[in-house]
Amino acid sequence: MTFWKLFIRNRGAVVGLGILALITLMAASASLFYPEDPFSLAGQPMSPPGENGFLLGSDSLGRDVAAGIAHGAKTSLLIGLMATIVAVVVGIVMGALAGYYGGAIDNLLMRLTEMFQTIPSFVFAILLVAIMKPSIESIVIAIAVVSWPAVARLVRGEFLSLRNREFVQACHTLGMSDIRIMLGEILPNCLSPIIVIGSLMVATAILIESGLAFLGLGDPNIMSWGFQIGAGRTLLRSAWWVCTFPGIAILLTVLAINLVGEGMNDALNPRLRERT
Amino acid sequence: MSHFARRMRYVVKRLLQAIPIVIAIVVLNFFLLQLAEGDAVDVLAGEAGSATPEYMAELRAKFGLDQPLPVQLAIYLKNVVVFDLGYSFRHEMPVSELILDRVVPTLLLMVSTIMLAVGFGIVLGLIAAISLNTWRDTAISIFALITYATPLFWVGLMLIVVFSLNLGWFPTSGMENFAMFYEGWDRVWDIAHHLVLPTITLSLFYLALYTRLMRASMLEQAGQDYVTTARAKGVTENRIMFVHVLRNALLPVVTMAGVQVGALIGGSVIVESVFAWPGLGMLAFEALFARDLNLLLGIFLLSALLVVAVNLVVDLIYSSLDPRIEVS
Repeated sequence: MTFWKLFIRNRGAVVGLGILALITLMAASASLFYPEDPFSLAGQPMSPPGENGFLLGSDSLGRDVAAGIAHGAKTSLLIGLMATIVAVVVGIVMGALAGYYGGAIDNLLMRLTEMFQTIPSFVFAILLVAIMKPSIESIVIAIAVVSWPAVARLVRGEFLSLRNREFVQACHTLGMSDIRIMLGEILPNCLSPIIVIGSLMVATAILIESGLAFLGLGDPNIMSWGFQIGAGRTLLRSAWWVCTFPGIAILLTVLAINLVGEGMNDALNPRLRERT
Repeated sequence: MSHFARRMRYVVKRLLQAIPIVIAIVVLNFFLLQLAEGDAVDVLAGEAGSATPEYMAELRAKFGLDQPLPVQLAIYLKNVVVFDLGYSFRHEMPVSELILDRVVPTLLLMVSTIMLAVGFGIVLGLIAAISLNTWRDTAISIFALITYATPLFWVGLMLIVVFSLNLGWFPTSGMENFAMFYEGWDRVWDIAHHLVLPTITLSLFYLALYTRLMRASMLEQAGQDYVTTARAKGVTENRIMFVHVLRNALLPVVTMAGVQVGALIGGSVIVESVFAWPGLGMLAFEALFARDLNLLLGIFLLSALLVVAVNLVVDLIYSSLDPRIEVS
């Protein structure tokens, strides 16, 4: 069966893909529907949802919550994707080197990932962003720094089990360079678990990003869901909608990505498929 | 070798394994401190308002900040050993004192969270596993999926809206009501009352994790040979599930409880700042606002050490639950 047929057998994954498509559409068309800066005053402050022309209400400075959510979708997806790409690339390089060569490199990497697993990752991310000053780049770097060890461990394991297989030995006898064997022969054979862990990592990255923004460590020039909730928390008593809707946006996005990731896992790992 | 001697050897071995990690974390902390722009003297000079370059140089010499990097690192290591983590100029207190003041509330929150999350996680995972593929299983799986995707700070805020602001059942923030001057059991009750919402919030995410883990672990154990043997002996299904399988399925959940402590500390920063719970996380939040890096680094160091310590304890508990571990 093709990947797609296996994927759509998982109903949850299809629902997740649908939600994710809608959110991506919302992010892509944010400037179309809300051309104004989401930080700008758009009308009567503290309007409840549905009043004064605000679909989801406005906050104490008259900012449109719906506009913030639409623009925040861009931020969340962008940071989630970029941080994951950086973490996956770093993880693949480190894991491949450690798994392929073994020995001292492997030892060093294992100690390093062990240390990273000990360090409370969210506190570490807070610290990194605080030291580098909050900006898109520093947030992406911080999330990537705390996420790559998981990829490295996975890739190392895959490389360890594949490096003595016959097809790799055949490549050695053909005189292929190590780099070519690693990138051209072994890596394609362990792509499916990397894709799965990568897709789940986007969800975690979005959660970390929203947490950082909530604590006031978001990029001050860019609207994000975490920032909206952080700014609205003082209004809980009088304007519940300011915090509520961006949170639902985060929840739906992360849930959708997790569902898609699990669907991919089912479709890409035939051994797991028949399990309940 | 006697059992006791073997146990002691294992304990010592685990202790020695933890040392390089602790040193690595301290060194990492030192370099993060170097990365931050400006040093303690800059902060001090900034606080004072005016400082001559000569005075600043004198101060740097006093703190050893004019020494080459390796020497500074050595000084830093020595300071950490005696638990001198520097000075917080915002609070005008040594960092170590500030942190120690806040450890107890955080530990209280963490212990109650772990108990709630592990306890309910085990029960829910067990129910899901024994009623596999029924509506109960589906409902529990969906619940776990949703809580796994929910940002903690948002759950906290929503709980405040519903249970504190609308229903008035629980206080919105803080650890106790100082205005009432409670003593004895009244004070314990008051703190417990304040503890409810933060604990529920922090445990939700881990509850999802433990539920899924427990369910998977139960299913894995149910397929083992010893279950077939028990069934062949004529042991009842209930006895197989609750006596044979359950005990073995609990092991991975115990290990996971240790692995997740680091994440729990991260979560407590968020939850404590939502509920103004006066622990380490709240201190970190305050330090962020005051740009007090020294304090933030101290909290980071202590939380990393806490994880090492908890992992050590969990390993020891685990090894006494499952003696096979000591051999490997």
